[in-house]
Amino acid sequence: MIDDGFRLFPEQASTLAPRVDALYFFLLGVAVFFTVLIAALIVYFSIKYRRGNTKVDRAPSHEGGHAFGLEITWMVVPLVISMTIFAWGASLYFLEYRPPAGALEVRVVGKQWMWKFQHPDGRREINALHVPLGQPVKLMMISEDVIHSMYVPAFRIKRDVLPGRYSSCWFEATRAGEFHLFCAEYCGTNHSRMIGRVVVVEPADYQAWLGGGKSNLPPAEAGKRLFEDLRCVTCHVPLGATGRCPPLDNLYGHQVKLSNGQTVTADDDYLRESILQPGAKLVVGYPTLMPSFDGQVDEEQLIQLLAYIKSLARPAPAEAPP
Amino acid sequence: MTTIIAPETAAPPDPNQPPRQHYLNAGYTVRSWLLTTDHKRIAILFLVSITFFFVVGGLAATVVRLDLMTPQADLVQTETYNKLFTAHGVMMVFFFLIPSIPSVLGNFLVPLMLGARDLAFPRLNLLSWYVYTIGGLFTLYAMLAGGVDTGWTFYTPYSSTYSNTYVMATAVGIFITGFSSILTGLNFIVTIHKMRAPGLTWFRLPLFIWSIYATSIIMVLGTPVLAISLLLVAMERLLKIGIFDPKLGGDPILFQHLFWFYSHPAVYIMILPSMGVVSEIVPCFCRKRPFGYAFIGFSSFAIAVFSFLVWGHHLFVSGQSIYGGMVFSLLSYLVAIPSAVKVFNWTATLHKGSISFDTPMLYALGFIGLFTMGGLTGLFVAALAVDVHVHDTYFIVAHFHYIMVGGAVMGYLGGIHYWWPKISGRLYPEGWARLSAILIFFGFNLTFFPQYILGYLGMPRRYHVYPEEFQLLNVMSSAGASILALGYFFPLSYLLWSLRFGKIAPPNPWRAAGLEWQTPSPPPTENFAETPVVVDEAYDYQRIDGFAVAGSGAAASPRSHREESTHG
Repeated sequence: MIDDGFRLFPEQASTLAPRVDALYFFLLGVAVFFTVLIAALIVYFSIKYRRGNTKVDRAPSHEGGHAFGLEITWMVVPLVISMTIFAWGASLYFLEYRPPAGALEVRVVGKQWMWKFQHPDGRREINALHVPLGQPVKLMMISEDVIHSMYVPAFRIKRDVLPGRYSSCWFEATRAGEFHLFCAEYCGTNHSRMIGRVVVVEPADYQAWLGGGKSNLPPAEAGKRLFEDLRCVTCHVPLGATGRCPPLDNLYGHQVKLSNGQTVTADDDYLRESILQPGAKLVVGYPTLMPSFDGQVDEEQLIQLLAYIKSLARPAPAEAPP
Repeated sequence: MTTIIAPETAAPPDPNQPPRQHYLNAGYTVRSWLLTTDHKRIAILFLVSITFFFVVGGLAATVVRLDLMTPQADLVQTETYNKLFTAHGVMMVFFFLIPSIPSVLGNFLVPLMLGARDLAFPRLNLLSWYVYTIGGLFTLYAMLAGGVDTGWTFYTPYSSTYSNTYVMATAVGIFITGFSSILTGLNFIVTIHKMRAPGLTWFRLPLFIWSIYATSIIMVLGTPVLAISLLLVAMERLLKIGIFDPKLGGDPILFQHLFWFYSHPAVYIMILPSMGVVSEIVPCFCRKRPFGYAFIGFSSFAIAVFSFLVWGHHLFVSGQSIYGGMVFSLLSYLVAIPSAVKVFNWTATLHKGSISFDTPMLYALGFIGLFTMGGLTGLFVAALAVDVHVHDTYFIVAHFHYIMVGGAVMGYLGGIHYWWPKISGRLYPEGWARLSAILIFFGFNLTFFPQYILGYLGMPRRYHVYPEEFQLLNVMSSAGASILALGYFFPLSYLLWSLRFGKIAPPNPWRAAGLEWQTPSPPPTENFAETPVVVDEAYDYQRIDGFAVAGSGAAASPRSHREESTHG
């Protein structure tokens, strides 16, 4: 069960959480210091220089250069403090949004008003996400309709889930248990009911859980089947044979030269666009032949097709061992 | 500021003399109000209109807070809840906060503070009120006819494609009202440049004028972008031209960029004029020049300029590039510096002052405290990694309410009380006024401080139902809101009461510097019998009070107007 007792501070359940909280406490210290400073000065001056107090020296001090020094001080000190906070926050932000290599990849589709998850081995679940303890998990997310936002407070992560574009975030859970999962971006009537739970279990239990559901094909295999059903294979023939369309072997993550002279990286967004709008970014040397699959495949099927194309790729040269 | 100090007490009324002509008794017909080009009467028209919309927005908030007392959806249906928080945001932001100080106090005071007869374009000024009112009524119609459920931010593609509510009618209302902002801003800029009294150089201007000038720049430059964004939403909704909806080939993030390019500077449209009000009140009730006049003045411009460069800090989790996020985070910290400069300078102004705690001063001190807390929590949300956690939670709700209610509304109420004797010619009951100021301060903190905690715990905003562990903090917040509502109800009542039963106000009840106090209360239609000539710096309180400059300062502390008006 999700721990639903009253508390003033959220539980920490990811590797990131204590690091974000450290910055938060630093900020809290800064905020309390300046609030108390200003409040104390106001109270002190208000008492000392109240109009009824006739015994106090109100003669203006010679403030000329003295005042200028003060002005500079209270510009420079906040600047230094805020630049520190900026650097600290930015370095954590980089960590937050750059998944480590080898993370377990879970595909997420958000729609009004539910979360759909699919694990690498094919098991699906709705509004619940099982993950193994102590292992980096990357969420690859897309929306079927409006903007949603994946938010797990106990992990301190949040990322908007957009229609038409993949976004991702990652975490590594450090505590077994159940945690809230919220949609944080207002998405219509039942926004506040688009919630779920993240279930963190021991890796062995995770494996057992994966085996427990009704068997789904892993996304790449489902994608392969779809690839054949949709007759993609007629034109996108394997490397070596001459097809009417660009070969897909070893495509994912590599540079593609386009007919307009530009070069793009064949990432998820590019491949998704090429399935839905084949004419948008045409590979050099190939005609506008492919029909659009917009409306014929849904977001989950698109994810499966991408998983299949990804499975055809050898590791990119940069990542290959020397 | 001028060579002549007006008498501090009202002359005893002479029953044989006809009553003095002033702008309020210049005509009693509806026509004399609705066709007026007198900036003071237009200010009153705005005062009535924005108070109306404040009440509407406040009622929506009341239902929202009542419903949030329990985790379940039990008071209203979820569709209704979503329409209520949208109505609250739209009414408060576009129809109360943005026009509040500029259109009421700015309209009333800019010509008076400059020693001018009126604004540069009096008819344009009246048009501004009509445009505002038409836009407001149009939006109100949309709210009553069916409501709109997108939130005041209108994020696409929800607003442009998915919502089945009155999005277009609301957008048209806001679109129309935007022109009111542009016209008012333009009018102020021209007036401040061209119509200052002889001798009133830039560095002799009251700081209120500096802040209104900076605000006007944002109004004129920013508002068109909002109009363009709403127009693009309309084109997508009506003509199915793909701009924001990816299904039509658009980009949903583009809307967020356009929206916040206006709406972030709009936050400074709300807070800069309040800062101007505080910069007037604090010196008056300390009886000394503000510390760092030039720094307070120029920081207004620094804020206006930087405000246009930080919109991307609303998009840290939206999918803009992480390098983009870094730049916007850095720039957001830079905009914090001029705000800090103002707070430090106001606090330093108290040093060696002769401080009295009349109602406007209570509001000003409350403003400094609440704005400081709102500003400091701004450091939290500008920190990239922390914002990822608190974005779209109640932490953000608390943060911007500290700025926009704790800051902007406290400043507005402080200003209304400070200039009420000038506007109405009457004094309000001081005891009630102080009580309300204190109620508002504590009610506000009880309402919004628990929301910081809720937000860091992870409660998302715009949630109708929520997990049970958040209930206690929500109940505290709702309890605070009821105190806050009472605090707002009192001024509405006693200010109206004072119009008929309040004591007659002398021309300068606070013995304040500034040209607006050199003319009778309420001012005559033409403002000044003769164009005043300015020979001195602003805020020359030492000379007004006749202090022995070299002395101990113990002598001749001016008494507050209360004693004087009873003596006079």
